[in-house]
Amino acid sequence: MRIFKKLFVMLLQNSYSIFPLGDSALTIDFGNRINENINETVLGLFRAIQQKPLFGMIETVPAYSSLSIYYDPVKLKKRISLHETAFDHIKKEVENFLETFSCPETPASKVVNIPVCYDEDYATDLGRIAEIKKIDKEEIIRLHCSQTYRVYMIGFLPGFPYLGTLDEKIAMPRKSQPQMVAEGSVAIAGKQTGIYPLTSPGGWNIIGRTPLKLFDPYREEPTLLNAGDVVEFYPIGKNEFLNLLA
Amino acid sequence: MSLRIIKAGVLDSIQDMGRNGFQHLGINPSGVMDQFSASISNMLVGNDPGEATIELHFPASIFLFEQPALIAISGADFSATINGDAVPSSHPFIVNKNSLLLFQQPYRGARAYLAIKGGIKADEWLGSQSTHLRAMIGGYQGRSLRKNDQVLFKKNIDYSSILGQREFMILPWKADLKWNREKENENEILVLPGHEWDWLIKESKDSFLMTSFVITQQSDRMGYRLNNIPLHTLTNEEIVSSAVSFGTIQLLPDGRLIILMADHQTTGGYPRIAHIISAHHSKAAQLKAGDKIYFRMTDQQTAEELLMKQQQHLLQLQNACKFRLEEFLNS
Repeated sequence: MRIFKKLFVMLLQNSYSIFPLGDSALTIDFGNRINENINETVLGLFRAIQQKPLFGMIETVPAYSSLSIYYDPVKLKKRISLHETAFDHIKKEVENFLETFSCPETPASKVVNIPVCYDEDYATDLGRIAEIKKIDKEEIIRLHCSQTYRVYMIGFLPGFPYLGTLDEKIAMPRKSQPQMVAEGSVAIAGKQTGIYPLTSPGGWNIIGRTPLKLFDPYREEPTLLNAGDVVEFYPIGKNEFLNLLA
Repeated sequence: MSLRIIKAGVLDSIQDMGRNGFQHLGINPSGVMDQFSASISNMLVGNDPGEATIELHFPASIFLFEQPALIAISGADFSATINGDAVPSSHPFIVNKNSLLLFQQPYRGARAYLAIKGGIKADEWLGSQSTHLRAMIGGYQGRSLRKNDQVLFKKNIDYSSILGQREFMILPWKADLKWNREKENENEILVLPGHEWDWLIKESKDSFLMTSFVITQQSDRMGYRLNNIPLHTLTNEEIVSSAVSFGTIQLLPDGRLIILMADHQTTGGYPRIAHIISAHHSKAAQLKAGDKIYFRMTDQQTAEELLMKQQQHLLQLQNACKFRLEEFLNS
């Protein structure tokens, strides 16, 4: 299995592209796809580069199939030849890094069970999805709870997990107009599901709410989930929801 | 060692250069909208350029100084007055105890930065004093300033021998704001092509580069929405979410543009049409709803050179201010 993984990583290394994200960041793109192996490579690269930061690097942001690197062009320009741009320089550094990079051992995934209250008071879009999909609400809830999800990335809001992959049968496009979404709302968009850690405008379809705090700035680890974790949902009643919230 | 808010402004918050290193957790850097101007106000009072300042929008708060302080206001010019007397922008000055700082009208720009010599005591979170308005932490209790809030200074400095009975005293040096203005149009913003620039059809590319747009009322620290004629793409390919940055210009599904600013989300899935160059973030941050904006394409080389030039200017200013201030305080 390990050998297979290494081979896969090597294959991926031949199929990436690097493009600038303005003049102070670049993105290493592994193919604009939602794929577990690609995401594994992205996270492996993220961990490796965190351990051995490039000169001038500020921070790195892993996403579904890309890793972006923020850097300080002024710091770099002071060190490189006049004719070279900071972007060209750091791009070369990244290419060198990728050449010798072997995916570090993946840390064991944390499995997090998340209680969700699918009561209609919280599941503002569940009825509409049931109507459009012609599936009972109970069946939607059963499908949502009947599998594990990978945390592909954390983004958008502090601690917002992008979870995949949702059962095709309940996949729903984003709403055309964003609405205010309450903290803890569990939502679906396309074949993704996610949880709003903070009250915020959002365009995903809301099917329930969790009493867990996905984000708490006063905790030592402010976000409940990290990219690479595994999530499983289980249904709870309204009373239990309110008890857990208190 | 403090100033008090007598009347709250529309959105005044404590911001430094932002918190880096946590975007992988969805925590965006926040920080000042205009790093260049905030640095200048800090340098004028001899602070480290990255010290926390109060970022002011108009109408701004009314401040009462409960202790004397050496301060400077840079960035936007909101016609500041001390006890009714006008004080210039981008000059350091000392205000006496019980002085009232009030901003009368927005003359130029969108965001002013109030720096206090020695810095501000504010809540730190993840290595920064910036107010994270969405997460409600950092700065002043994680929120914008309200009536009766008391902002504490880090240092208690005695200015009595310099001030005497005067209400305020303007120091005899200033930041040169015209250093590259003669060549620059304040509304012209240089951009680099985004990864999906070539998705735009020819007419939309032309429209992006040749028309001026107006910044709409739907504009804040998160981003500016523009009133552009809808732009069209050759493809409707889905983009899986990836990192977006300060200055990223995204194309929304309705064909309109949004410029991401200091409180931008960390990742996004809309086409990235262009990115404002870092050297022009300051110009962009000083535009407000109703202002015009023009985009002109440039290249990495130019973008980096302009940023270097800006940094060199700041460095010179920092050295000059330090020298003048030491000379003044020791004389």
